Amino acid sequence: MPEITILSGKGGTGKTSLTAAFAHLASNHILCDLDVDAPDLHLILKPENEYLEEFFSGHEAIIDQTLCTGCGECIERCHFDAIKETPDGLVVDQLACEGCKVCVHFCPADAIEFPMRRCGQWYLSKTRFGPLVHAQLFPGEENSGLLVSLLRQQARGMAEKEGYDLILSDGAPGIGCPVISSLSGTDLAVIVTEPTPSGTHDLDRVVDLCEHFKIPVAVIINKYDINLDQVRTIENFCQDHHLNLVGKLPYDHAFTEAMVQVQTITEYQASGLADEVRKIWTRVETLARLKKAA
Amino acid sequence: MIIAIASGKGGTGKTTVAAALVKVWDRPVQAVDLDVEEPNLALYLKPELTGREISMMEIPLADQDKCTACGACSEICQFKAISVLGEYILTFPEMCHGCGGCLAVCPEGALSPDTRELGEVLWGWAGEIDFLMGRLRVGEAMSPPLMRAAKKRLDSSRDVIIDAPPGVSCPAVNAVKDTDVIVLVTEPTPFGFYDLKLAREAFTPIGAPMGVVINRTGIGDKGVYDYCHATGLPILLEIPYDRQVAEAYSRGEVIVDALPEYQNMFLELSSRIRDLADRRMKEARYA
Ligand code: SF4
Ligand code: SF4
Repeated sequence: MPEITILSGKGGTGKTSLTAAFAHLASNHILCDLDVDAPDLHLILKPENEYLEEFFSGHEAIIDQTLCTGCGECIERCHFDAIKETPDGLVVDQLACEGCKVCVHFCPADAIEFPMRRCGQWYLSKTRFGPLVHAQLFPGEENSGLLVSLLRQQARGMAEKEGYDLILSDGAPGIGCPVISSLSGTDLAVIVTEPTPSGTHDLDRVVDLCEHFKIPVAVIINKYDINLDQVRTIENFCQDHHLNLVGKLPYDHAFTEAMVQVQTITEYQASGLADEVRKIWTRVETLARLKKAA
Repeated sequence: MIIAIASGKGGTGKTTVAAALVKVWDRPVQAVDLDVEEPNLALYLKPELTGREISMMEIPLADQDKCTACGACSEICQFKAISVLGEYILTFPEMCHGCGGCLAVCPEGALSPDTRELGEVLWGWAGEIDFLMGRLRVGEAMSPPLMRAAKKRLDSSRDVIIDAPPGVSCPAVNAVKDTDVIVLVTEPTPFGFYDLKLAREAFTPIGAPMGVVINRTGIGDKGVYDYCHATGLPILLEIPYDRQVAEAYSRGEVIVDALPEYQNMFLELSSRIRDLADRRMKEARYA
């Protein structure tokens, strides 16, 4: 069962709109939204949640004012400057606390509690294009890498158990921890890029990352007609790196109009852009199955 | 005054706004790219880089001869960066957050500080603009410590404009922390609206006043506007949907240079941002 992950390096390239269209076109698949920080796929797919679970990860330090003697040992020990002196006593700044437990360990008064940190929620849902595994990290939380891994595990487990033969994931943006977690073990990374200096720059960095983890890559250039020189740069880049360029899409409001109608582009249109997207999907799917078989 | 340009999501035009704002800013200014995973501001401001510092983080180095395999270090480590396997101690430097706990608890002095490279901090000048950026090493997962290293070089004698990372998780909050004004760049679409709500929620605990720049107006729907009106989030600027803007951006040009008719718009944005900051300082004085 191949696993396809749509990435973009940079946000706003149309990654989610394309993933949603692919979700419409694919059959017998499970969907996964790995952008747990700012998930958007559900805005088009309108999932019905069937199962919800709290996501806990790591711990947070909390100082019990009734026990704290104000000795300041924790301030000294904290490498993250997370403990501040306030008129109400020593207080842990939860935005800065890494949950390392050093202060807890060294507090001579045993005044620091260390409860689990509730970081978000994840869901199994039903959509008009099949099951969706997704999540929402609470704003400001970290450890999205762990949540991304958890979602992928859930999707894989469910696919095996219920006989789905494709996993289609909307990947996390960027090249940091959540992206690394969305990539490992995927069969094909589809990178959606646009012909801008930042688009090409970010493409370069995500491709680096994919090469590092030996993941095959396919590239889609969105909004190709805003700068044909940059398109040539991207085409050359793909050639040099032996990447499959699977399609180019023009700058078109139809994507936004479809989004406002809560539809995928392939539901919204019968021809035009939708035709192109259909062709691209066929190439992506074929490529993924080939790579899986290889 | 420190201003952060943030967005719930990438691709809303954050870098476009940051670059244009820096260009029209009429006081000494430092432009700072803290989107260390994908720093792009330099592609538009084209600074001449004059300085570079490799940023390191402290990680433990184990001395097998001194180690008695007591397990104190792996017990305190919350990040699974150190573990004792039989008689052996193994470290996983890429998991380490650099808290120093293992070094502090080891009764045998078997651990000593070593370093791991996080990335680099670069600085220089783009004309009158003081420029600073961080760039994460490919394969490195932890951006906040690199941001902290870059933030050490903020110039307090200038106004600082920070291009923050997209999203609303801990890297974005880290970049936006300790700023005086937060500018949220969004689009009038359902995606833009959802991400704006998340961003506002994430940054509210920071306590800085927030304002919104709506990019690509004229497409999409009313959700973002209704939300701003209902919650009292001031709309600082609306940038019309204009293919010329996308094209200028694709050529690596800052819109106020490529399209001079946008200069006044961004000048107005800069004065509205200052008003927000001033109002807040006055409130603080009377509080
Ligand atoms: S748990 Fe670690 S980061 Fe958090 S306050 Fe204590 S020492 Fe600082
Ligand atoms: S605390 Fe020190 S002696 Fe004990 S296992 Fe760790 S390194 Fe070895």
